[in-house]
Amino acid sequence: MGLFSSLAEKLGNVFSKITSRGKLTEGDIKQAMREIRIALLEADVNYAVVKDFVARVSEKAVGEAVLKSLTPGQQVVKIVNEELIELMGSTNSKLEVSSKPPTVIMMCGLQGAGKTTFCGKLGSYLVKQGKKPMFAACDVYRPAAINQLQVVGKKVNLPVFEMGTGNPVKIAAKAVEEAVRLGYDTVIIDTAGRLHINEQLMNELKEIKQKTNPTEILLTVDAMTGQDAVNVAKTFNDELDITGVILTKLDGDTRGGAALSIRSVTGKPIKFCGTGEKPTDIEPFYPDRMASRILGMGDVLTLIEKAQNAVSEEEMKKLEKRMRENKFTLEDFLTQFKSLAKMGDINEVVAMIPGMNKANVDSKMIDERIGKYKSIILSMTPQERNHPEIIKSSRRKRIAAGSGTTVQEVNALLKQYEQTKEMMKAASSGKMPMMPQKIIRQKRRFR
Amino acid sequence: MGLFSRIKEGLKKTKEAIAYKLNKLFTGGVLTDDFYDELEEILLTSDIGAETTDTVMERLKKEIDKNHVRDTATVRTLLKNILVELLEENEKPDYTYPLVIMLSGVNGVGKTTAIGKLAKKFKSMGKTVTIAAADTFRAAASDQLSVWADRAGVRIIKHAEGADPAAVVFDAAQSVKSKNGDVLLVDTAGRLHNKKNLMEELKKISRVVSRELPDAMVMNYIVLDATTGQNAISQVEVFNEAIDIDGIVLTKLDGTAKGGVVLAIAGELSVPVVYVGVGEGIDDLEDFDAKTFVNGIMED
Repeated sequence: MGLFSSLAEKLGNVFSKITSRGKLTEGDIKQAMREIRIALLEADVNYAVVKDFVARVSEKAVGEAVLKSLTPGQQVVKIVNEELIELMGSTNSKLEVSSKPPTVIMMCGLQGAGKTTFCGKLGSYLVKQGKKPMFAACDVYRPAAINQLQVVGKKVNLPVFEMGTGNPVKIAAKAVEEAVRLGYDTVIIDTAGRLHINEQLMNELKEIKQKTNPTEILLTVDAMTGQDAVNVAKTFNDELDITGVILTKLDGDTRGGAALSIRSVTGKPIKFCGTGEKPTDIEPFYPDRMASRILGMGDVLTLIEKAQNAVSEEEMKKLEKRMRENKFTLEDFLTQFKSLAKMGDINEVVAMIPGMNKANVDSKMIDERIGKYKSIILSMTPQERNHPEIIKSSRRKRIAAGSGTTVQEVNALLKQYEQTKEMMKAASSGKMPMMPQKIIRQKRRFR
Repeated sequence: MGLFSRIKEGLKKTKEAIAYKLNKLFTGGVLTDDFYDELEEILLTSDIGAETTDTVMERLKKEIDKNHVRDTATVRTLLKNILVELLEENEKPDYTYPLVIMLSGVNGVGKTTAIGKLAKKFKSMGKTVTIAAADTFRAAASDQLSVWADRAGVRIIKHAEGADPAAVVFDAAQSVKSKNGDVLLVDTAGRLHNKKNLMEELKKISRVVSRELPDAMVMNYIVLDATTGQNAISQVEVFNEAIDIDGIVLTKLDGTAKGGVVLAIAGELSVPVVYVGVGEGIDDLEDFDAKTFVNGIMED
């Protein structure tokens, strides 16, 4: 139990036996659906949602086109992926702004979902958008909750309106008045965490809603939430008619199946996700990326974005040209290492690669190895870097001595370089899709 | 037992077995597809997870065949027994004093609240309790903990925000030593388990505790939110790697979430559930009872 590899890989296994025969039966599809079902359940997608989903996907997958296709496994994954995106709402939805300021944003959710932390993030996000937000401290129940919001406010340089542990409804209403008086165009109301079945506290939220007429009512949900996510989201939505959902703690290794459950039960869009503890760790929510994450296919798009931020366009073009001309040298290899370092914590980067998991990568070891590779390349002459084929045994000895490494390590680097070059060649000739498969091969436990 | 009655007893068993097999042949047995689905749904919607559910259902089928069960009520009892057994496999610790309990876990699971409740619990047992506010990271965490310490009427050792948590624990340990205290409760900052440095910090705190209080019994508990799904398994795994987890505090069981993921954890990682949190009041912390917990899952 417990060995959970990416759905793509599992389906690959299911179908690989059959592809050699070139024919798929309904039994094969059934087996595939079983894998999909388990994958979704292990990703914490709600039971009922999974049931519906699998029924819909099987209907599509049994179609002629899939069965007769050469790569039925990939076809099925494609269908699953498309359906997932469809379920989560196809596009990113933005925050609404009230035509008559201030825009009131009311945060709500269970205890510990991360409301207060997210308030800070939303505040700093809005400032970047040119808004002038302030906070209202309406969590009067949890000890020191107001202090926490004040500390958060200080960090992002935004004011907090508070009236101690008074009546939250009054505090919220007064905060909106204050915003008008002081010229703030957005009020973010931080409310106390509460259980969806606590009638009294749910009524309090309704009253706050009635008094402040919020443009956005955002339900904050911990991405690690399991099956209960549907009950929570449904109740909050029924009681308050929420306008959207915030998914927090997505920086963990959770798959975040809750996102799917919530969207499917409430029909309300997920607007943002929280991805860390810093005020800047807030990202708009993209359904397609989430679909890949749930399926364990990695977040290739975010990875590409990160790569683009780390490498200048000019460098990219240069590299591309060299790849096309098959002139990828050790000099380019060195540049690659440098930009890899710029992309941030290697663990974070690795986690976005399909089939990889942060927990099984020792980032220190990788950093060390990259450090060694760098010094090896730097110990080469420019001629050697541009024409690696001239590096024979005496040059290898000299390079090893110069970089404080061993000949074995120099050999290892040269081998890695050759492999990378091969991969680049394959990529530029359009055979790229094979690459992730190679990386996926290692087995691992839950992510 | 006489020969005759033994034969009679033997025949009765055979008769039961035949009746059971005939029943299974003609009606599909008690585990009809519908009933099977219903049980599976109960397990899956409690966050027990697909794989553990499969294992449990397989075991259930074997038990049904072994005991020739023909009615659904007995099946439910069998299922409950299997679940209870799973949970009771790992024994809960017997405390000796001085005792150190360190709570760790991901963000927002309710560590600080649980510390408050534990403080009250030990205080009512007549123990001298000290709290170490080693969450120096989250905004106002130590303020929150101070309120709980006040409510429970126990001492709290805290430093400024951003201070070294290990230093807080060191001071708290000195204080326990000099005052001959019974219980030291250590609150740590929430951390996502995939952040390596933070896990190192936990190890450091743990080293300080065992160095400064070598005679104390040290219990490392992970706090899990009952609303968490399958990710809880990975949480326990990774924390366990860093600091050897001795038990689980399962919080927020007063909602509609069932916390079934602890069953998967019990089966796989041999970590017992020690306490459950059932509300926001200072007394809302109970010793874990497997039967009550399973009844909660089976909804009766």
